[in-house]
Amino acid sequence: MIERRWKTWMFFYVPLTLLVIGTLFPFYWMLITAIRPDAELYRSWRAANNTPFWTLAPTLDHVKDLLARTTFPQWLWNTFFIAVVSTVISLFCGLLAGYALARLRFPLAGALGTSIFVTYLVPPTLLFIPLANIIREFQLGNTPWALILTYPTFLIPFCTWLLMGYFKTIPKELEECARIDGATRFGAMIRIVFPIAVPGILSAGIFAFTLSWNEFIYALVFISSPERKTVPVGVVSELIRGDIYFWGQLMAGALLGSVPVALVYSFFVEYYVTGLTGSVKG
Amino acid sequence: MKKPIAGGAGGAAGLEVALPHPGTSQPAPLTRFLENERLLAGLLLAPAVLLLGVFIAYPFVMGLWLSLSSTSVGNPGAFVGLQNFVKAWNDSIFRTAFWNTAFYTVWATLFKLALGMWLALLLNRHFRGKRLVRAAMLLPFIVPTVLSTFAWRWMFDPTFSVLNWVLYRSGLIVTKLPFLSDGDWALWAAIVVNTWRGMPFFAITLLAGLQTISPDLHEAASLDGANGWHRFWHVTWPLLKPVTIVVVVFSVIQTFSDFQLIYVLTGGGPANSTHLVATYAYQVGVAAGLLGEGAAISLFMFPVLLVVVWVQLRYLRRLEGA
Repeated sequence: MIERRWKTWMFFYVPLTLLVIGTLFPFYWMLITAIRPDAELYRSWRAANNTPFWTLAPTLDHVKDLLARTTFPQWLWNTFFIAVVSTVISLFCGLLAGYALARLRFPLAGALGTSIFVTYLVPPTLLFIPLANIIREFQLGNTPWALILTYPTFLIPFCTWLLMGYFKTIPKELEECARIDGATRFGAMIRIVFPIAVPGILSAGIFAFTLSWNEFIYALVFISSPERKTVPVGVVSELIRGDIYFWGQLMAGALLGSVPVALVYSFFVEYYVTGLTGSVKG
Repeated sequence: MKKPIAGGAGGAAGLEVALPHPGTSQPAPLTRFLENERLLAGLLLAPAVLLLGVFIAYPFVMGLWLSLSSTSVGNPGAFVGLQNFVKAWNDSIFRTAFWNTAFYTVWATLFKLALGMWLALLLNRHFRGKRLVRAAMLLPFIVPTVLSTFAWRWMFDPTFSVLNWVLYRSGLIVTKLPFLSDGDWALWAAIVVNTWRGMPFFAITLLAGLQTISPDLHEAASLDGANGWHRFWHVTWPLLKPVTIVVVVFSVIQTFSDFQLIYVLTGGGPANSTHLVATYAYQVGVAAGLLGEGAAISLFMFPVLLVVVWVQLRYLRRLEGA
């Protein structure tokens, strides 16, 4: 009995605790840096009264500076707006395409399904240079539309894939009943299938939102005015002045930039997990 | 560009008007049109295909053309054949970047798989606060990579690194470790951060796979005298292999094409020693404005991605056939 308990500790609680600490420490470090006064932040690590793991004089100066003296609030709004609109566009396209691929029979259905799946695997870093050219060609450079229209390239394949899988789990009989009762095919799709698919839509939406919030390289290349940037790009390019890192402010920015997406996630953990695991299902 | 989308939405709105009296009179032409499976499929797929065509297929073709031309910012350029590819291949920084990318992908994927599997096995038990732990473990994957990488950069800071502080105080080191100021150290630092960020994805998807394995199988194996390791190797692993392969393929693609982590952590430095293919393509194609050369460099990723995608497709086909 004692041996068993010892084993449980050794092989379960200890490794789990270490993994949790390892996972969360950088976030703790973000927080503690964000509320630490500069005098403490840049103190020699050999100083006698150094307390690196907590602070004796917590301050909100960095946060206040960030919100009042930089365009950070504007970046938050830009990121939010772009993420929401591109998610909505992707869900719209993904819903329709997913339904067609899961339910309708038409020539080239297989080839089309495969090519949408292949675009799912195309990383943004493969195409950002020609895409920058195209954005310029369409006169979309330095506007939110450059991102709103390009984010769906990695969101639509994902949404389509996830929703197609979801539609396949909905029994066909439901639609057939509705059609016998006189509904059109389109009507059955809108009124019978889509409402049942709401959990799937929510999963795809949450996941797509976090992906757009995360996106970096397109936003870095397509947007140049400071006040039009998204949070990740703004923090990287505007909060470092010259070669000087203002770590307190940077960490405050990192923390505040993470909070909205973490909040959305915490409300919908289960949906997010469904989206995540569904995204890799064959 | 926006027109066809608006057209699609217009079609849907038009139908809403037709819906209220289904079957009461002669169906409207639009309704008849939508009853045709092929036409409806075409209509439903149009917005997705259009967006993907304009912003994936077209850039891909243009990327191919750019890579064969001497285009730079403000200069339309001319056809130069394979010159850009040859130039990249003879460029020592590019070679380093390519080698780094392979090294980074292999090690980070191995670590993510090992740690993710371990975490998944740990989370597959019942304990208090399991939901909370699982939700917390996913945080590195949710939070924008750029922002969390800044936290790591600060933890690796040459002067104020908390990691150095801990190691020094615990007597493990006498001088500071050059986390980001030495090329080899910096690449390993990037592998650590990538592992930290991607491990939850492995853990949660593998956990979902583990949960589909019936506990009866383990019980039966136990009765036959199998110990923990044997149960994992002969029962869990064979059943988990399909999910694992798919997750590994996804992760390889993401890691191989990684950009943001290196961009923030080292910027490719010190002395261009930690560039990945994507960060070097950015430096040449965007920062220096040599679009043709940059496009060629990023296309070097393509053959590798093609192989990985091919494996994935073959594998999915087999699943469908089974």
